Amino acid sequence: MNTMVETMNRVTDALSAVELAQERAFCQTVGDFTVPNPRMTCRDVEVWYGPKQAIRRVNLDIGRNEVLSMIGPSGCGKSTFLRCLNRMNDTIPGCRVTGSIKLDGQDIYDKKLDPVLLRARVGMVFQKPNPFPKSIYENVAYGPRIHGLTNSKAELDELVETSLRKAGLWDEVKDRLDQPGTGLSGGQQQRLCIARTIAVAPDVILMDEPCSALDPIATAIIEELIDELRANYSIVIVTHSMQQAARVSQRTAYFHLGDLIEVGETNQIFTNPQHKLTEDYITGRFG
Amino acid sequence: MNKPAPQITPTGRPNPVDIVRASLKRRYARERRFRWLGATAVLIGLLCVVLLFADIILKGYTAFQQTYIRLPIALEAESIDPEGTGARAAIEDADYLALIRNALFELFPEVRDRQERRLLTSIVSVGAPNLVREYVLAHPDRIGTTQEIWVPATADIDMLMKGHINRDLPEAERRVKDQTLGWIDRLAAEGRIAKRFNTPFFVNGTSREPELAGIAGALMGSFYTLLLTLILSFPIGVGAAIYLEEFAPRNRWTDLIEININNLAAVPSIVFGLLGLAVFIGFFGMPRSTPLVGALVLTLMTLPTIIIASRAALKSVPPSIREAALGVGASSLQTQFHHVLPLAMPGMLTGTIIGMAQALGETAPLLMIGMIAFIVDIPQGFTDMATVLPVQIYLWADSPERGFVERTSAAIMVLLAFLFAMNLAAVLLRRRFERRW
Ligand SMILES: Nc1ncnc2c1ncn2[C@@H]1O[C@H](COP(=O)(O)OP(=O)(O)OP(=O)(O)O)[C@@H](O)[C@H]1O
Ligand SMILES: [Mg+2]
Repeated sequence: MNTMVETMNRVTDALSAVELAQERAFCQTVGDFTVPNPRMTCRDVEVWYGPKQAIRRVNLDIGRNEVLSMIGPSGCGKSTFLRCLNRMNDTIPGCRVTGSIKLDGQDIYDKKLDPVLLRARVGMVFQKPNPFPKSIYENVAYGPRIHGLTNSKAELDELVETSLRKAGLWDEVKDRLDQPGTGLSGGQQQRLCIARTIAVAPDVILMDEPCSALDPIATAIIEELIDELRANYSIVIVTHSMQQAARVSQRTAYFHLGDLIEVGETNQIFTNPQHKLTEDYITGRFG
Repeated sequence: MNKPAPQITPTGRPNPVDIVRASLKRRYARERRFRWLGATAVLIGLLCVVLLFADIILKGYTAFQQTYIRLPIALEAESIDPEGTGARAAIEDADYLALIRNALFELFPEVRDRQERRLLTSIVSVGAPNLVREYVLAHPDRIGTTQEIWVPATADIDMLMKGHINRDLPEAERRVKDQTLGWIDRLAAEGRIAKRFNTPFFVNGTSREPELAGIAGALMGSFYTLLLTLILSFPIGVGAAIYLEEFAPRNRWTDLIEININNLAAVPSIVFGLLGLAVFIGFFGMPRSTPLVGALVLTLMTLPTIIIASRAALKSVPPSIREAALGVGASSLQTQFHHVLPLAMPGMLTGTIIGMAQALGETAPLLMIGMIAFIVDIPQGFTDMATVLPVQIYLWADSPERGFVERTSAAIMVLLAFLFAMNLAAVLLRRRFERRW
């Protein structure tokens, strides 16, 4: 009997804690979230999964030729926010996005903007490698082909090769381009997905933990690639590795339970965090 | 069994390894029992199938042979082509029954009585004159000669030769009388009776006479009906499934549609027949007893099966594939056709083949739209009167003549062969699509 009452109490406690968390006052982001001449601007972005709010009033700019890394504890909404940037959340039933997200000044949630065009301009590498169940060649060639980016087979071959080279996969697969992409190892699959994304030459590349399945060598190749891509593209990368964030990104955003807590120069975030939560996370006291 | 005593670890609790080991025996025993049960179930199933097949084949294999009588038929020019014009019409109109009768009387000159002569004539099938006519039409140059021609025996003689009529019965209880037996034995002694491959069974339409009845009409009827059913139901079913699964908004209307599709799958098939009769024949005035109407009714019947199976197949395609395609900028339609459909196709084909197999074996709704009519002609298209295999089996099974018993079983074999052919085609198709990378 006693234990039951105890459990009941614990349950109500937990419930009210959840309510409290939900009613928690909107958290003002620390640091300057704007950049001059931004590629994308996000204002007051909120995301709900059904009745559950996953992102709360996030303001964030993504600059040109910069790598922005997003860090934060698991489940804080990094992937959710990232998926807003190319309207990937449209495919999730019950998912609702409010606020404004602009790409080069144009609202991407505008009725007039075609999500297909948007996704050609804002490419994405997913958290779990998801190659098509087709050949390695087809995986990379698919995007350019449907968009009609190349005029000849030779051109397409070349594009496939350069994309695979950039993703650091060419030497491993050049002799078996007609083999299934799903037959590669997890890390190779992820690099194949990266090659697939850059083959379309988007303006912005979203990467959701692209290196979580890679060994240090492949990771180094990808990080090099990211650095190289920065010359022409904007890159947003979600990562759990703070070393990686420090290595590749110019700006860093720290998320916590759906709030954007702090954003700033990567150097400053890692050496001199302004917010208590950021500091706790970076110093390893949290997360 | 000498169970080792559980060792006590320093923490005072039994060693987990010992606990696991103690439970292993029980777990394996359960596994063995389950495997045994499964094997028994499969065995029982197999046994039933073997029994069924054995019964059908034993009863039906004799139908693939037919008793023929070789008669020396004098193809007299004066009775076939009296004017000697060689005109086709004249040859077609000639009285071939008379020629056959003459040949028989020639063989049995001692039979003089009218009654007896009629009995003698009846050992040959009523389809024999037709056969002789075709022979003459094929070889008009042989008019005026006497030719040895194999003509089919009547069904009773056929049954006698196949041992289905007991000679030891008293004459009054026997369908073949002593006198006829004598003639047959004499013909047999002269080598004039033989069992030959029953080609007419595969090329004729049905008939009132068992020895002339063939399966070709029903086979072609089933073929046309199923072909049209497939042509209609596969694209419609797959299209509906794709729309409902991938494009339709989730609201009260689509919920209602979904519930109704599931309900339709459970509606007794005869109801579809009534619907077809009222709507397609009554309202639209389509020709009754035709593969066209049959296919429409069967399409209605198989659609729910195909839609439900196709939706399940679409659901089983991992969402990450859709995301990947959308992520590189494919439109919804491209995502569907380039990535989702190829992966869902094997499941869709499985659903379709189940639906088609159901349709192939369906009788009740087709009775309602008149496909039970007695149709001798082999249908040449979708709008010719036709019947289908299961209906033909039903009709033959209902006939009293002994000759139809073996033909019923033979028709079932043909139906099963049709089914196997269909399944084989589906398996081959599926294997092509199933090159899952
Ligand atoms: N499809 C969904 N339906 C409902 N809730 C979801 C869905 N996807 C994510 N969530 C919820 O939204 C919150 C944020 O999830 P998200 O995937 O964005 O986290 P994350 O920061 O990417 O975590 P991780 O680092 O583990 O990938 C989580 O609480 C999660 O449970
Ligand atoms: Mg994530």
